[in-house]
Amino acid sequence: MSVLVYTENWDGKFKKLSFELVSYTTGVAKMLNTTVTAVSIGKVDETELNKLGNYGANKIINISSDQLKTLDSQAYTSVISEITRKENASVVIISNNNSGKAIAPRLSVRLKAGIGSGVSRLPLNLNPFTVYKRTYSGNAFAHLVIKSDVKILTLAQNSYELIETTNNSTIENQEIKVDGSLLKTVVKDVQKQSGKILLTDADIVVSGGRGMKSPDNWPPLVELAALLGGATACSRPVSDEGWRPHEEHTGQTGKIIAPNLYIAVGISGATQHLAGISSSKYIVAINTDKDAPIFGAAQYGIIGDAMKVLPKLVEAVKEIKK
Amino acid sequence: MKILVCISNVPDTTTKIKFAEGNASVDTTGIQWVINPWDELSLTRALELKDVATNGIKSVTVVHVGPATSEPTIRKALAIGADDAIRVNAESSDAWFVASQIAEVVKNDQFDIIMCGIESSDFNGSAVGGMISEFLGIPSVSAVSGINFENGQPVLTREIDGGKEVVTVPAPFVAIIQKGIAKEPRIAAMRGIMMARSKPVKLVEPVQVEPLTQIVEFEKPKPRAACKYIDADNPAQLLDLLQNEAKVI
Repeated sequence: MSVLVYTENWDGKFKKLSFELVSYTTGVAKMLNTTVTAVSIGKVDETELNKLGNYGANKIINISSDQLKTLDSQAYTSVISEITRKENASVVIISNNNSGKAIAPRLSVRLKAGIGSGVSRLPLNLNPFTVYKRTYSGNAFAHLVIKSDVKILTLAQNSYELIETTNNSTIENQEIKVDGSLLKTVVKDVQKQSGKILLTDADIVVSGGRGMKSPDNWPPLVELAALLGGATACSRPVSDEGWRPHEEHTGQTGKIIAPNLYIAVGISGATQHLAGISSSKYIVAINTDKDAPIFGAAQYGIIGDAMKVLPKLVEAVKEIKK
Repeated sequence: MKILVCISNVPDTTTKIKFAEGNASVDTTGIQWVINPWDELSLTRALELKDVATNGIKSVTVVHVGPATSEPTIRKALAIGADDAIRVNAESSDAWFVASQIAEVVKNDQFDIIMCGIESSDFNGSAVGGMISEFLGIPSVSAVSGINFENGQPVLTREIDGGKEVVTVPAPFVAIIQKGIAKEPRIAAMRGIMMARSKPVKLVEPVQVEPLTQIVEFEKPKPRAACKYIDADNPAQLLDLLQNEAKVI
């Protein structure tokens, strides 16, 4: 009767979000007085799998099938649902990232399990099973009751802390042969962004809007992000103009992020942009317009010209680092 | 090929959300209803693909689960260019319910590509598209940011962490649509609005399905602390606050 968590890997490695998921699952398992079973699909070595035990996983099921190297929503769902049944799990926890969104709904139908998506806290209640989830693009939160016997929760990224514990885990290698007819996704090409910190993984993000006036003004912003160990982002007009790559567009129909710190430079703070950053822990706004809506969302603000403020900030960070 | 675009009816993004008595539901007075932004972009792309004769797309149909009050949103989709519409006459209680209804609609027809926005801006459930595909036992590709045709066959671009993959799956399939699918939503021109009036909207009664989830209460997000202003000439003070007060650097 364990709680199951699907921990995705990237080229055989887990990320901070994987450990957040396991920490969260451990919290849920404690509420239900049961154990944590983690499921990993793909080629992940023992040392890496064992890390999941540092955050509370009791059993780590390793499915290292060659057939499952690339995400096929139907096939992955089939594997996870089979394990859920075998483990008799009543709750399944998945990330609310792109692959989680691909799997959770299919799994829901397989298991006839209701979904609470984008949860950011432990369940509010066990009876009825009630979760707290983001709605209206962050303008409201809902208490959602899941009525089915099996429940699926997808966890919002960076909403739950990492909690280390004594490692009490065992790794179980399982062979699951997937029916070839289920593997229908053919990958023709892969384009990867190399090196840079992924925007969705970054704890610190420095973002520029139209107030930056020109793409030529970005170097101090990029430098600030690099010095702080963060990623760069931008508002929609900036990405539409082609000043910055589309991957940096943060907003309602762009990337929705939840970093610890979001520095908005020359961004007015339109509703659609705020929808993409409202889960940030801290927002800093730098803008010449004291009435810009972004100041209503920010905890810290500088009313000033980005072109003057950014270089000063860069110098100040360099000073601290000395 | 026939394309089906699933559309949901949501409050305009700038709406100030208020709750009805008991906080168990949203107060709908004065709300401006629009097509869910991701669905609108999906419809736009479907129409762009249909415009290219060699792609062989016969029609673009929209389907919506909702009461008669959703009709204006459906007419808007027709005005933008959809050929016909299907409305399942029921309140959209939860994703399970909605997906069950749409799967039933698809079973009674023949569509090659089913497009669903990855989430709706009101419920942020990210579930309907994937559920439809599993109900029908067909492939789904998620976080699709591009659909193009090569030699008469659809080729999909999907977003993965830190990059993109170009994939194909056999039709019929569900494409769960992310931003990037179309640059701007198509706008309804005068002629489109006129023609929309006579385009068919098929009314379908729902099948009996129990929702699996229910919202029992809404809450406003905790109000954030008011903004602390730092002098533009003294950015070091900002860093001090971020380091020692907020503890984020």
